[in-house]
Amino acid sequence: MASDLSAHSFRLANGGRIDRSRPVRFTFNGRTIDAYAGDTIASALLANGIHLVGRSFKYHRPRGILSHGSDEPNALLDIDRGAGRRDPNNRATVVEALDGLAARSQNHWPSLDFDLGAINDRLAPMFAAGFYYKTFKWPRTFWHRLYEPAIRAMAGLGVAPTESDPDRYTQRNAHCDVLVVGGGPSGLAAALAASESGARVILADEQAELGGTLLHDRISQIDGRAADTWRAETLATIAARPDVIVLPRTTVFGYYNHNHIAMVERVTDHLQAPPAGLPRERLWQVRAKKVILATGAHERPLAFADNDRPGIMLAESVRAYINRYAVAPGRQIVFAGVTGSAYQAAADAKSAGLAVTFVDVRDPTQCGEEVGELRALGVEVLTGHTIIGSVGRKRVAGLIVAPVNGPGDVGAHRTLPCDAIAMSGGWTPAVHLFSQSRGRLQYRDAIDAFVPGASAQSECSAGAANGTYDLAATLDEGWRAGAEAAGTTASRSFAVAPSTRTDSGRARSLPTDRDADRVRAFLDFQNDVTVKDIKLAVREGFQSIEHVKRYTTTGMATDQGKTSNMLALGIVAEALERPVPEVGTTTFRPPFTPVSFGAIVGQARDALFDPIRKAPLHDWAEAQGAVFEPVALWRRARYFPQAGEGMHAAVSRECRAVRSNVGIFDASTLGKIEVVGPDAAEFLNRIYTNAWLKLAPGRCRYGLMLREDGFIFDDGVVARIAEDRFHVTTTTGGAARVLVHMEDYLQTEWSDLKVYLTSTTEQWGVIAVQGPKAREVIEPLVEGIDLSPGMFPHMAVRVGRICSVPTRLFRVSFTGELGYEINVPTGHMRTVWDAIIKQGAPFGITPYGTEAMHALRAERGFIIVGQDTDGTVTPDDAGLGGMVSASKRDFVGKRSLVRPDMLLADRKQLVGLTTADPKLVLDEGAQVVADTKAPIPMKMLGHVTSSYWSDACGHSIALALVSGGRARLGETLHATTPSGFAAVKVVTPVFFDAEGKRVHGGLEHV
Amino acid sequence: MLLITCPYCGARPEIEFRGGGEAHIARPSDPAAVDDQSWAEYLYYRSNPKGVHAERWLHVHGCGRWFNAVRNTVSDSFEQTYRMGEPRPDATKERR
Ligand SMILES: [Zn+2]
Repeated sequence: MASDLSAHSFRLANGGRIDRSRPVRFTFNGRTIDAYAGDTIASALLANGIHLVGRSFKYHRPRGILSHGSDEPNALLDIDRGAGRRDPNNRATVVEALDGLAARSQNHWPSLDFDLGAINDRLAPMFAAGFYYKTFKWPRTFWHRLYEPAIRAMAGLGVAPTESDPDRYTQRNAHCDVLVVGGGPSGLAAALAASESGARVILADEQAELGGTLLHDRISQIDGRAADTWRAETLATIAARPDVIVLPRTTVFGYYNHNHIAMVERVTDHLQAPPAGLPRERLWQVRAKKVILATGAHERPLAFADNDRPGIMLAESVRAYINRYAVAPGRQIVFAGVTGSAYQAAADAKSAGLAVTFVDVRDPTQCGEEVGELRALGVEVLTGHTIIGSVGRKRVAGLIVAPVNGPGDVGAHRTLPCDAIAMSGGWTPAVHLFSQSRGRLQYRDAIDAFVPGASAQSECSAGAANGTYDLAATLDEGWRAGAEAAGTTASRSFAVAPSTRTDSGRARSLPTDRDADRVRAFLDFQNDVTVKDIKLAVREGFQSIEHVKRYTTTGMATDQGKTSNMLALGIVAEALERPVPEVGTTTFRPPFTPVSFGAIVGQARDALFDPIRKAPLHDWAEAQGAVFEPVALWRRARYFPQAGEGMHAAVSRECRAVRSNVGIFDASTLGKIEVVGPDAAEFLNRIYTNAWLKLAPGRCRYGLMLREDGFIFDDGVVARIAEDRFHVTTTTGGAARVLVHMEDYLQTEWSDLKVYLTSTTEQWGVIAVQGPKAREVIEPLVEGIDLSPGMFPHMAVRVGRICSVPTRLFRVSFTGELGYEINVPTGHMRTVWDAIIKQGAPFGITPYGTEAMHALRAERGFIIVGQDTDGTVTPDDAGLGGMVSASKRDFVGKRSLVRPDMLLADRKQLVGLTTADPKLVLDEGAQVVADTKAPIPMKMLGHVTSSYWSDACGHSIALALVSGGRARLGETLHATTPSGFAAVKVVTPVFFDAEGKRVHGGLEHV
Repeated sequence: MLLITCPYCGARPEIEFRGGGEAHIARPSDPAAVDDQSWAEYLYYRSNPKGVHAERWLHVHGCGRWFNAVRNTVSDSFEQTYRMGEPRPDATKERR
């Protein structure tokens, strides 16, 4: 016999689905592991005699591999595929062995073999149920400073990668008639039946190979063929049919509303050299007319003392490792359990040439002919026994058993030497997806498990997921589900020999003569929850499983308690002396197994994470060295620094240019809506607070829009282009919601109005030319429009041409200066912009950004909706009471303006603030108080909404919403600053050109 | 993700839509004539039933039209969708 440490020392000489002609080498904690193609990391480690693969979460106990599938709670490894391709918490049982892959164990320091954290195991009495709640509750500030960081450092599992993920992930949407989840016997039969009628079928299975239990079934004959032959033929038949998609390595992890199914397909992780262009994973979102859940069942452990030592595994998993991977989990295996399936596993182990003992922990009256049959194979079978515990530390060395002579009477201990234990505490149908679909579970006493009951969506469970364990019955049930889902009535019956052993006893806590308070029998291996913890929780008064779960954390780890939930539930029921269904079951939530962030994010990363809208002159601004800022999804030029200039200097220079000569600004991001139709004016009259019926074509008006609750919603200039046509502008961020708001009223309240609304934000580019020289700059470029003040006054609009390009030319000003907003088709923006820059050069035309625009408008006291308003500001609060038509019978929001609360004198009103220190620019958002000596919490009167350095004023300016603000004009208040309070004076919120004369052109008017 | 049947476009995924709250709450024809309590009820009071609920939806990333739907708030199943202006189905009770 080979040494235990030599390559493949536990590999069986024959059999298995591994490809012995294709050796694979990876490393585990730096040690080279020889494997074969077809191995998982877990099967390869076992083939090399390695069971110790991790330390447990809380007690840092040595842990091994428990299962062979996605239910694995223990064997969580960090997997490194090189160059940024590292991720933690991979279940060794599902990761396929690959050349060059580096696997590492987690949750230990300094090493897996010698882990200092294992001291927790000795301190175990400290870590009883509710430990965190009881210990770390006081003082409160200690929680985030001390307790939480320390707990996380000690108890964390894997370590998240820090590098950016170099792989690509894609997403795909699909529709189908029938989605079959799970490619085991019932799933294959369902897909076979459904596809027979030509239905569009998707068959998804989480494993590399479809077949489920058939992959390790060496004895069953289906319709006269070996199970694996039937599997291969059936799969080939299904895959050859049109409109069938078969997806291996694809986990259905979410079952959402209206049969919306989310699944992740692992595309390249198993490939040695993935072809370029393939994504690592593909997220499928499937809308299925019918879903068949053939998700199988999970085996339960047995709750005996020290049931968590490396080498203690689930019985069916031992069978799978032997038959599917040709791996002996041990050479001397003790099977222990309550199920017929464990007898089959023991028989398979025996026929693989391994030494086998069987301990049946059921009441002997429950045992049947399986005992005699196994004994006939030469296996010692102990019936009427209980398990007292196990021995060994980093690898199990023996199972301590004893006969049960009667209630409370445990006989002499006997230690069965072994190097592996295969336990089977029963089976739990994998009802996770059914539960996610909001179906109702029902308890089936005969199998001591919850099975799908009433459906909430168009789905159907089949096979083991439905509590049907007999192979023939499973196939029949799958076939029937598939046929029904495809709408056919074809029926079929499968012949299976020999018949499946489906008998199962009921495992709870096992009889023992040891002090139950001094031993630990684990239920939830991943969260280190023991039978003792559950019993303590019950003693402390917890009765609902939902509460016990949260208090003890059982079933709350990343495996969601796949192996442990039913056993924990049974123990709670036992402790409460109540039937299981009265204790209830927990709700399963997505995802079924962990999903990578990459799959969820898909292509939505980097530039596609949060798409940037670029204004038409973005590239020009960028070339000018503009500094940008985000405004909604847009990037807008904030200022244009010249060499050596900081923001303050640049903005002051830009403001000065606008006030003294002329500035140019890209205002294209303004929202625009074309409102057309015979009732357009009437419609606007109802939407805005002010009056529109009498606005003459060729004129503009500033409009204020409220929600029905009376608060300011949006604002902007509206131009009447013709009797039945308006050009509405909105705030940059409000364009979409204003259109929705308008459509809502138009479609649902005033459907009699003949009006059409069209978003034109993207169609019109807008160039603002502002300053005393604005007219002189653009006049030579404009055709067909008389710009003289008499012919084209402030707040007028003309249609004509500029630089031969069609334009809607607005004479409007958001700066307080003579100004124009030149609307041209977006595609012509650059041409016109360049021409204006050239024309303006002799006047010192200066591009300015949003920061200068904000400062200039604040000097004039113009509000920005969303900055100076926050959804609780009425027109009167904003000092815009004059914008509210007194004569209109109705408009949106009017009635709300006379609600009592809207008329209170202490409402926050928009005022100006000047600082005692003229150079101090307040923080936007700074709180305003009356008395800095008032006790804390002191009364907050309001806050600063806008704050700038004003070049024109020579001092800082601010706008603020202050309680009863207009009655406080002249008062001194105090605003918070990072270093204390600053005295501020309440003033009228207009700081410059109070009479508003400059818009009429030129310095001569001032 | 819900599958919502727009009366104009057919069944489409929820992300194409925007919910608009309870349906069949008529805006008073003369708001000025309505007392404060009634106006507050129009603005803020909603039935929020457990079960059948008539509600407004906007096919914002589709045809751009508002329509009404009857949805069961427990099961999330849509029992009916219908055009604005069509009468409230019998299944949903008048709230006041
Ligand atoms: Zn539509």
